[in-house]
Amino acid sequence: MITIETIFLEFQTLRQEDLDRWIANSWVRPEGARGQYRFHEIDRARIRLILELRDTMEVPEPALPTVLSLLDQLYEMRRRMRQLNDAMERTLPAELKAALLQHFGG
Amino acid sequence: MAEDPYKLLGVPKDASPEDIRKAYRKLAKKHHPDLNPGNKAAEETFKRVSAANELLSDPEKRARYDAGEIDETGAEKPPPRTYRQYAETGAGERYAYTGGDPGFAGENFEDLFSTIFSGRQGARPTGPARGRDEHYTLTAEFLDAVTGATRRLTLPDGQTLDVKIPPGTTEGDVLRLRGRGAPGRNNGPAGDALIEIHITPHKFFTRDGQDIHLTLPITITEAVLGAKVTVPTPAGAVSMTIKPHSDTGTKLRLPGRGVPAHGATPAGALFVTLQIVLGPVDPALENFLRSWKPAETKDPRAGMGTGS
Repeated sequence: MITIETIFLEFQTLRQEDLDRWIANSWVRPEGARGQYRFHEIDRARIRLILELRDTMEVPEPALPTVLSLLDQLYEMRRRMRQLNDAMERTLPAELKAALLQHFGG
Repeated sequence: MAEDPYKLLGVPKDASPEDIRKAYRKLAKKHHPDLNPGNKAAEETFKRVSAANELLSDPEKRARYDAGEIDETGAEKPPPRTYRQYAETGAGERYAYTGGDPGFAGENFEDLFSTIFSGRQGARPTGPARGRDEHYTLTAEFLDAVTGATRRLTLPDGQTLDVKIPPGTTEGDVLRLRGRGAPGRNNGPAGDALIEIHITPHKFFTRDGQDIHLTLPITITEAVLGAKVTVPTPAGAVSMTIKPHSDTGTKLRLPGRGVPAHGATPAGALFVTLQIVLGPVDPALENFLRSWKPAETKDPRAGMGTGS
């Protein structure tokens, strides 16, 4: 678990009011209540992503919800693809796997 | 990775810090790994571009690089783990999409699968089953039903079906197209398409089984003197001889000119009923009739009595 102090140490350009707003908007979802937030690794990485989108790629903040929503959908789909892949790996007979691989040119 | 950071960013040696920042932003937008999940090449490019930017955006490091004091990898440090590396694992569930589209967020895994594997929701895992028969109606022109034709039927789902109407089709006949109904389940055979035929009436032909009837208008001259006239038939016009002294109601039979032969059924006949049409009357005809004294006069209404 990561404290908010560590977060601010790592991201020098991050202002308290930005992070408060992002948390209020659910763009970042730490555990715990305000004043005792605890961040996971993914939360830290997401803060970096939002900073990079906003500052490096110059995505204006009003456009961020759209961008984040599309990214969340993309990753959700990829998680499902992985689950599907795992399920096929576990359950499909070898010959069917081979046929599928051949079909996709693998 | 001995690559010139200026070339990587696509800027000249004397580029201003602003030019460098712009070039980096442009490349970062294109190659950011979180925006290109699964794309190794983009990730590599992004790393190299980031390293180049880190070197050139720092005036001190840039000066030392330009002076040849450090090489392009001199300032590189291991990049932090990106969002993507978490987002696709179980940790990503924390940011699972919860937006307003219930078609996506509300769909559970089971639904997704039944859609993929069967093309419909809630498929039942039973054995092979034959698809449903689908019922359609098709309205055919009179002559199409007599001589046979192929007509296109547009189905409710937008697909089309070419229906071969056989010769001699009658009102209410049902054609069966095998395998053109609903698809079978689990490799079961498809159902059939059952097409009920309705026939629109013709302007002057009527039908009685294999025979076709036609009322043919003729002039008074043709009726009295006889003539060779042209008669329309389902298979095209033919010429027919009207004997002299033919009257209205005279029925002529043209064998083989009705519904064409099909299967074991022989061709029918075309029955032509003559009907004298007076048409415009000129003074010559009037004068002739005034002076005409027939040798024998017969009252055509003689058999009708008074009607009371």
